[in-house]
Amino acid sequence: MGVAPFAVYVALFLGGPLYEVIYGAVTTTRGSLTWFNFSQTFHQPYVGAFEESLKLALLTSLIGGVFGLWLACAVVTAGPRSPLRRIVGSGAGVLAYFAGVPLAFAFIAALGRYGEATKLLQDIGINLNAGSFTISSLTGIFLCYVYFQVPLMVLLIIPALEGLRPEWHEAATGLGASTFGYIRHVAAPVLAPALIGAVLLLFGNAFAAYATAYALVGSSVNLVPGWIQQLISGNVLVDENGIGLALGVEMIVVIAIVMVGYAALQRRATRWLQ
Amino acid sequence: MRRRRRRRPRLWRVTILVLAAVFFLGPQVSALRYSFVQSNGENGLGNYTQLFHDSALGSSLVTSLEIAALTTVIMLALMLPTVVWVRLRLPRLAVVVESISVLPIVIPPIVMAAGLATLQSHASAQISSVIFTSPLTALTPFYVILAMPFAFRSLDVGVRAIDLRTLVDAARNLGAGWTTLLLRVILPNVRTAILTAASLTVALVLAEVVISETLLYDTYPVELVNTGQNLVGVAVALSVLSLAVTWLLLYMVSFIGNRDASRARIGRLL
Repeated sequence: MGVAPFAVYVALFLGGPLYEVIYGAVTTTRGSLTWFNFSQTFHQPYVGAFEESLKLALLTSLIGGVFGLWLACAVVTAGPRSPLRRIVGSGAGVLAYFAGVPLAFAFIAALGRYGEATKLLQDIGINLNAGSFTISSLTGIFLCYVYFQVPLMVLLIIPALEGLRPEWHEAATGLGASTFGYIRHVAAPVLAPALIGAVLLLFGNAFAAYATAYALVGSSVNLVPGWIQQLISGNVLVDENGIGLALGVEMIVVIAIVMVGYAALQRRATRWLQ
Repeated sequence: MRRRRRRRPRLWRVTILVLAAVFFLGPQVSALRYSFVQSNGENGLGNYTQLFHDSALGSSLVTSLEIAALTTVIMLALMLPTVVWVRLRLPRLAVVVESISVLPIVIPPIVMAAGLATLQSHASAQISSVIFTSPLTALTPFYVILAMPFAFRSLDVGVRAIDLRTLVDAARNLGAGWTTLLLRVILPNVRTAILTAASLTVALVLAEVVISETLLYDTYPVELVNTGQNLVGVAVALSVLSLAVTWLLLYMVSFIGNRDASRARIGRLL
């Protein structure tokens, strides 16, 4: 009974838009069932956009995963109440979840045509503007995405690292293991599910993200969200609305698969780490 | 042997901390320097004071703050009773409510925007005139949905940390109704959780650009992107401010959260 307002609210304001996306994806403008929208998404330019989106998500999640883990290891050795932890923790929270548009402008100020870092590099003989590099490109988006993927990894993996008990290290060393041996046979297997889960979440995060890309390049960017926005905003033909919605359904499917994998791994991870 | 083992970890620690400092502070320092260069080429605070001269920017900020306030109120009014009720009466339902609350994570903002745009075009004139004419009524209900994953987790942590059953029994025995119970007994006890949930909600609303841009509402981040088209310096200055304010918000929350060790720190909530 007490859950009724919550249930009704979610059904209305989450269920409503979701229903529109799915319904619009499988019907024609006249309301009859169709496979046309989905079949269109398996052609260019949408296949190419999917490839770019998946590539961007894969690359930034792996790089974010490696450097995020490394940084988290360095931060976690400082105590939980140390200033370093507090600053890194809240800073990572901002960048991982709320950076969006401001992040894009920070990168424009740094690596844009007249950016500070661009000028600095020019002074030591590296001219960024000489080649094909521009911050308003997929390369620029890649850099920005790494900028929020690393902090997200730090936030996700610190609880797991804290769950590694010092006694395990002592026990392993006491039994004659080297530090490498401890990492190889104790820490790595215990952390593996949490690590893979976190990287999966990073993948989904980058795949779904759009705000920074939009601020850097605009809706003409060759990523799935860019195409959805163009198709929905009616910059093209009215009939193509459905294709945008079909792309939306496909995005949800990709992220749902990722989240199911994440949930399963998370359950494995809590077996050893509390 | 012992000395070697102690020195090696230091090298890898210093390496990553330096790398991180360069990579993460670099763009921020650049943005800060860039923001002090005015459009006339001189150094000054002109880019920052532009917020008060540019009426479009100012009014969009007011709109976004209004949406943030309303979203926070609705989110709390909806989620707090639900979390309390679930923990009190239906513990078995907790998993279900939690999975529903995190559902918005699975839906990318652009897809939510696509659904809303379609909803908007299909809505009857009556519904349109009630909901879709102002950004406040059009965006708030859906921002509450986006805030649910953060809100549920922080409120749930707070409610689980108190002795809910004893408090409820005591209040009920003394004749308190459900409203009094929620507002005067439970609410003061989960203050920190509420502050955390509210801060995250405000940060989320002030950062959300995809939905409002797709639906063509003039919120602060949308106006920020527009400003960047011709006044890059102003956009950079406001970006510096936005990130600083958000960071300050979360930094303060990290102190509130740490006052009581049993309450999870922000890193765990997010």
